Amino acid sequence: MSAPTLTSQASLRRTIPLGLAAVVLLALVSIFVGVSAVDPVGLLQGDPQQRTVLLTSRIPRTLAVILSGSAMGVAGLVMQALTRNRFVAPATAGTLESATFGLLIATVVLPASPIGVKMLVAAAASLAGTGVFLWLVNRLRYADAIMVPLVGIMLGGVIMAITTFVAYRWDLLQTLVSWTHADFSATIRGRYELLWLVALVSLVAWAYAQRFTIASLGREVSVNLGVDHTRTVLLGLALVAVVTAVVVVVIGMIPFLGLVVPNLVTMRYGDRLRQVIPLTALGGAVFLLTTDLVSRTIRHPFEMPVGTVAGVVGGTMFLAMLLRGRDA
Amino acid sequence: MPEVDLLASPAPTAGDAVRRRSAVVVLGLLGLLVVVVATLFMTWDLQGSLSFALKLRATKLAAMTMMGVGLGVATVVFHTITANRILSPALIGLDRLYELIQSAAAWTIGALAFLQVDARIRFLGITAIMVGFTLWLARVFLRRTAADLHRMLLAGVVFGAVFTSLSSLVIRLIEPSEFTILQDSFYADFAAVEEELLAVAGLVMAVVLVAVWRMRDRLDVMALGRDLAVELGVDHGRTTDQVMVAVALLVAIPTALVGPVTFLGLLVANLGYQLTGTFRHRVTIPAAALLGVAVLVGAQLVLEELLAFQTRASIVVSFVGGVTFLILVLREARR
Repeated sequence: MSAPTLTSQASLRRTIPLGLAAVVLLALVSIFVGVSAVDPVGLLQGDPQQRTVLLTSRIPRTLAVILSGSAMGVAGLVMQALTRNRFVAPATAGTLESATFGLLIATVVLPASPIGVKMLVAAAASLAGTGVFLWLVNRLRYADAIMVPLVGIMLGGVIMAITTFVAYRWDLLQTLVSWTHADFSATIRGRYELLWLVALVSLVAWAYAQRFTIASLGREVSVNLGVDHTRTVLLGLALVAVVTAVVVVVIGMIPFLGLVVPNLVTMRYGDRLRQVIPLTALGGAVFLLTTDLVSRTIRHPFEMPVGTVAGVVGGTMFLAMLLRGRDA
Repeated sequence: MPEVDLLASPAPTAGDAVRRRSAVVVLGLLGLLVVVVATLFMTWDLQGSLSFALKLRATKLAAMTMMGVGLGVATVVFHTITANRILSPALIGLDRLYELIQSAAAWTIGALAFLQVDARIRFLGITAIMVGFTLWLARVFLRRTAADLHRMLLAGVVFGAVFTSLSSLVIRLIEPSEFTILQDSFYADFAAVEEELLAVAGLVMAVVLVAVWRMRDRLDVMALGRDLAVELGVDHGRTTDQVMVAVALLVAIPTALVGPVTFLGLLVANLGYQLTGTFRHRVTIPAAALLGVAVLVGAQLVLEELLAFQTRASIVVSFVGGVTFLILVLREARR
């Protein structure tokens, strides 16, 4: 954990407006890209069809992308701080898979329950799954930084196998596939609003940022500084679980975002969460807006699931990180 | 190499003799198990044309034997050169690469055209790419320390994820009708093995296996760790490279032939250590090979013939394999 230097703080202050500008620009592009034509001229002339498309589809979709991208970025950042491992994210700790498992169980057991209930079950499951992951990792003989995500990925694989098995038995395999492939093409007004919850959660994470930073220094330092380590870690992981569950329920799994974006930010600007959370949120939004645009245009007029594009882009970035790290 | 042989087989003591006898007994029992399972597999519930059914099953059995032996042996020697027992070479995304090669080829030249390419050429091409990838990964990451090994495996797993995303991207670019043609070759399918390939693949694998078997004593020395091995006159770097080539071939050939089966190697290698109670390669290599065949054929038998319960084998394999891995991690921790 390196303290940010004065220069990095100054450049951080300069980078945030840049990030904001990028998000706004990409959001505008996102609003005007699509099969059905929407353009500023038509909107100004009051074309009713364009207005409808804008309000029911384009704006909700763009908001959903920004909300889920920024929240997944912040969730990854919090996780990396609390586990003190830069390779840990919802996708490498079984969190994502557990949330999917919870959602599936809720769908099997309580098929008629409202989406909020299913989301709660998913959040509880993802918190439990993360707990199992931490338990496993604490038992590792060598606290090898790379071994930790490997264990997490394996655990995720086991949970996913169980999930697929259950889905297979209850004929929900197709539903499961739609959860595992994040896709914004069905995001319209009335179907994304739950995502505002993750914005709220990200704000809570920001409010607690100092405590998370202290907790990331280890149990002993935390206790010395008067921070209840266990409670802070639990709170942080609960926030991560809620974000993961909501995003999985509404959009589907988005791989690698929570891993790559926070790392890119902290590599440059240090690990003080209070300072880097806003930039991570912006970075997550930029990442997802860009991949969503690619997934919409690569085979126009058809759409690719954004999860697939994010898997290729994010995975490649992560590999670059791993390859670079070998010299260090 | 007489001096290495001397070091690998010290003067026998009484305890040694007992251990050797028990290893022989275990190997004998495993061999018997393979024979029983294979016989059951060949004869269970035979219906219709006898010669046709037997021929079909023999092809399947041959393919499964290759896979079991290949993955078992590859994992054991991989464990030796990397000084760990909880990771397996099958983790490095080769199965996903296999899917990607198929869909990318089908996308560029068309599924029908791809399937019309001579099966042997297709097989050799896919194998060559997979071996090349494994060796590249090893060259980039394997700088002979444990941390690098973990880094390589993590990179391999991530490569696997990227390959999956890429191939699902490519699949969406393929026309649906073309995809249907291709779909079957994506999953491990012992029924669809092309016969003419079995001979080619079997020959290559036999050569590799003989080469590995001739290295068995050198591998025992390698297992002592790098420093000791070098002190005892083994060229550690060169042996590592040779073993990686063998591992790549032993994993890639069955995968190209049959399709992906992960985790099998990890499972049978560790079962082998457990049952034989030794790390001598002259015992662990055949043990893992026999177990590989027995487990694979047995699982196939249970899944296909005995259980009316329909589930996909890949689900069971990833569940059992993942749990095995986690148990191994925990066991390592307790030691």
